[in-house]
Amino acid sequence: MRIPCVYCGERGHEEFAYLGDATVQRPDASSATAAEWHDYGYVRDNPSGSHRELWQHVSGCRAWLVVTRDTRTHAILSVEAARDVALSREKAAP
Amino acid sequence: MNDAAPNAHSAAPARRLGDNAPLRLAEGGLIDRSRTLAFTFDGQRYLGHPGDTLASALIANGVRLVGRSFKYHRPRGILSAGPEEPNALVELRSGARREPNSRATTIELYDGLVAASQNRWPSLKYDLLSINGLAGPIIGAGFYYKTFMWPAAWWEKVYEPLIRRAAGLGRAAGVPDPDTYDKANLHCDVLVVGAGPAGLMAALTAGRAGARVVLCEDDFRLGGRLLLDRREIDGRSALNWVAATEAELAAMPEVRILRRTSVVATYDHGTYAAVERVNDHVAEPPSHEPRQRLWRIVATRCVVAAGATERPLVFPGNDRPGVMLAGAVRAYVNRFAAIPGRRAVVFATNDDAARTVDDLAHCGVDVVAVVDARPQASAVMADATQRASARHISGGAVTRVHGRLGVEAVDIRAANGATARVACDLVCVSGGWSPNVHLASHLGGRPEWDATLAAFVARNLPERMDLAGAAAGDLALADAFTQGHRAGSAAAEACGFSAASAPIPLLDPESTATSPLWRVTGTRGKAFVDFQNDVTTGDLELAHREGFRSVEHMKRYTTLGMATDQGKTSNVNGLALMAELTQTSIPATGTTTFRPPYLPVAIGTLAGHHRGKEFRPTRLAPTHTWAKEQGAIFVETGLWLRAQWYPTPGEKDWLESVDREVRAVRSAVGICDVSTLGKIDVQGPGAAAFLDFLYTNTMSTLAIGRARYGLMLREDGFVMDDGTVSRLGPEHYVVTTTTANAAGVMAHMEHAQQWLRPGLDVTLASVSEQWAQLSVAGPRSRDVLRAVVDPAHDISDAAFPYLAVAEVSAMGGIPARLFRISYSGERAYEIAVPAGYGDALVRALMDAGRAHGIVPYGTETLGVLRIEKGHVAGNEISGQTTARDLGLGRMLSRKKDFIGRALAERPALVAAGRPALVGLKPVDRSLRLRAGAHLVAQGAEPTAANDQGYVTSVAHSPTLGHWIGLALLSGGATRHGERVRVWDPVRSGDTLAEVCDPVFYDPAGERLHG
Ligand SMILES: [Zn+2]
Repeated sequence: MRIPCVYCGERGHEEFAYLGDATVQRPDASSATAAEWHDYGYVRDNPSGSHRELWQHVSGCRAWLVVTRDTRTHAILSVEAARDVALSREKAAP
Repeated sequence: MNDAAPNAHSAAPARRLGDNAPLRLAEGGLIDRSRTLAFTFDGQRYLGHPGDTLASALIANGVRLVGRSFKYHRPRGILSAGPEEPNALVELRSGARREPNSRATTIELYDGLVAASQNRWPSLKYDLLSINGLAGPIIGAGFYYKTFMWPAAWWEKVYEPLIRRAAGLGRAAGVPDPDTYDKANLHCDVLVVGAGPAGLMAALTAGRAGARVVLCEDDFRLGGRLLLDRREIDGRSALNWVAATEAELAAMPEVRILRRTSVVATYDHGTYAAVERVNDHVAEPPSHEPRQRLWRIVATRCVVAAGATERPLVFPGNDRPGVMLAGAVRAYVNRFAAIPGRRAVVFATNDDAARTVDDLAHCGVDVVAVVDARPQASAVMADATQRASARHISGGAVTRVHGRLGVEAVDIRAANGATARVACDLVCVSGGWSPNVHLASHLGGRPEWDATLAAFVARNLPERMDLAGAAAGDLALADAFTQGHRAGSAAAEACGFSAASAPIPLLDPESTATSPLWRVTGTRGKAFVDFQNDVTTGDLELAHREGFRSVEHMKRYTTLGMATDQGKTSNVNGLALMAELTQTSIPATGTTTFRPPYLPVAIGTLAGHHRGKEFRPTRLAPTHTWAKEQGAIFVETGLWLRAQWYPTPGEKDWLESVDREVRAVRSAVGICDVSTLGKIDVQGPGAAAFLDFLYTNTMSTLAIGRARYGLMLREDGFVMDDGTVSRLGPEHYVVTTTTANAAGVMAHMEHAQQWLRPGLDVTLASVSEQWAQLSVAGPRSRDVLRAVVDPAHDISDAAFPYLAVAEVSAMGGIPARLFRISYSGERAYEIAVPAGYGDALVRALMDAGRAHGIVPYGTETLGVLRIEKGHVAGNEISGQTTARDLGLGRMLSRKKDFIGRALAERPALVAAGRPALVGLKPVDRSLRLRAGAHLVAQGAEPTAANDQGYVTSVAHSPTLGHWIGLALLSGGATRHGERVRVWDPVRSGDTLAEVCDPVFYDPAGERLHG
């Protein structure tokens, strides 16, 4: 696979490390229930098709990336800097 | 490469045979007759020429029998002239360079080549194991699964050795390969796979447009089928066109031609793997050159012009030496000027084979009969037959082959059923051509059946890929040129170049008409579908009778297509026969899955330079050279090579050395390189809040110029790592990690920084490589440092107490960092200087310490010191232990959120009975404890049900004078003073130990302060 890093351009997948599902959100520590923490820690979907995933460009710029990938075809649909995604999510939160 | 005249094919008919090899034509062929190469096959010496393959040279020398088959040890000859060869597998070279299962059809001849046949015992001609042929029913389809099932214990002792001897392939060298293998990357606009007419045209078109082109050709010569067919392009020999095209491509600066290079795999997003046989065509690679090179090619566009593979016909005796593919026969007579026989029968289903009839007649081979399986007479075939003065049999079939070690005659059945025996020594067969769809199918696209072509063609191509020529099912040469041009233009244009149109060369007439024949019916005897794995029509019938209907099941049960050739000549015939048996259509039967690599690839090629010690990098500590001078014994810890201990003269074992080192630290001073610890610089206004989030304890309250022990959890609540956090300024911290977790902790921190806490203004940098850091430990440590740290810095206990940190200078102005932290429990410091000064620092400290009795110590002593103090390390921070398990529960802050806080509070992780850290002392103090031993209650049976924990770390404590251990014991914290049974079945240990506090030495921590 080739992943277009937002900072470095298209690079081979061997430069990246995979973490997993980028749709799970760390619960708010002040209010989260035990069940929410459990889901955050252990429950993941395994979609067939488009999936948002966290990758890190470990052998490159070290940026964490949110890669939207089709799990059936490996087509990379979009790549965003994880920090930008996280910041806009924080902004959107009430 | 131009070692033969380009117009060699057009030479006048050469009916005379040459003299150095009995079946070499006197003229023609793309071989260099000015040079002679000597080679041996099974010990017999033969001669050939540059331009030959081993197969062509054997044919020229009249060698027909080249191997024995896998299961039945049937005599086998050369079937093909390319990489699809299932039969002519040899052991190439000798000694450490011996390579089994090498295809004689692709081995380029060199002087001194040594090859041997496989699978024969005692000799190729008299193979005693060919009796397997009589025992056929025992080792038919599924024999792996049923014949040898009982008794199970016999499998390893009896069946497997027997089968391995009887049915096997070549022998590996058995010793390390002396050659090297390389790996490299290539990036291009257009990758063209195959340098036949379509590939050359595609490369030429894209190259002319200005695209960066990589052209890979499996063969050592460009031209593909133009090398083996006598064709005319623009009124001249096709070889002229090949030579001109090759010259034009070679002159283009952006075009790179890789000969002897097989593209073996397609990966996602335009990535391909190719194997270049850099030096397989010489006896030994020149020094500093690899034998093979594995290319990773990344291409914006790819044109696959990989050609097509001819299918054999399925009839009894179709595996006898002398039965050859019709196209391959053309290759031998035209390209190599070697005739595979003197009296030929051609048996085919298509007009393409008419070329074989013409070419055989052209070089003086007697074509006695042309058997066309098609009931409707083909004019093209009839004309060729007439030119060759041969008998023409329409709607006929070869029903039997006579001759034991090679073809002597065949039975030909005419359309009316009458059978006649015809003497011949060569049978040219063609069942049609299958496009090479592998590279187009590696990403999962299933090829589709094309009834007109009677072949599978690739559909649902990987993005960025195009097909041209025979690989696309365009079998006519005219189409190869047209489609090659189209694909080359499209590829160049997709890369932003504009391609000009070019005239398509004018060709001689051709016909590719074909009609399939999947098997000759109404016959008796073994008819082979898969030659290499010895799978017959009978095996497929048996599998079908036994209920194997799906193509994937049938393939595995019969092993059809599972040999080293992966069924290149057998899969389509096999599928068609399966369709017939299951009374379904071929498209409904479908194909099996295409997986890389297309050709067998040696493990050495995949490993490249990553062999032995070079399997992964070795990291050396900054004091490595100095430690080596001291005679240190080194140990691999992760990638690092660290000093394990420093033996001195007269010490009889490691224990004696380590005891001495420990005593020196406890009584005087010792020095140890701790640079391997991960060091991470944390800066910014958000640094304090960031570290509060990462560590279980609070770092924002840490005073500037102070250090604190820190504990990190994973989000699931288990301990991840520990280390020290030092504050150098209001917005500047430096933290350490364990050696093993340095990379993982860095990634974890970056994840927290960018994903979990993106709003914090904090910057991270790994500085592990930038600083050499030495631990100076022991009661005299300050005295030693006083002489090395520049005098301007006050390091008295008042100015620089336990857990103080300062940026200082040392050795006369070298910037340094000084930390008063202790792993040993003694007064201790760590001093860091820029990595390049590490060697100078260790020498300066040793000089300064000589008067104080300084000794260097290694990782063993480090371990003993920390076990005596009950400090946890990797053995205890195993990923399965919580902070409470390790006695560190007090470090879990209640006042803030941190990673792992919530899930660490789960009931099971705070349950009272969890294994917790304890110390162990053997009741009989003379006995040794062993890490890994399990703990059960005193007097209890040592069973899994009674298991109460295990010993994590042990050390011989010279301080206490006996062995001590750390262990995780159920409810351990409340069991101090109890005795437990320490059971070690692996090393026959069974002792009693006393449970105690894990801190064996100086529990009050008084020695830290001096
Ligand atoms: Zn990057």
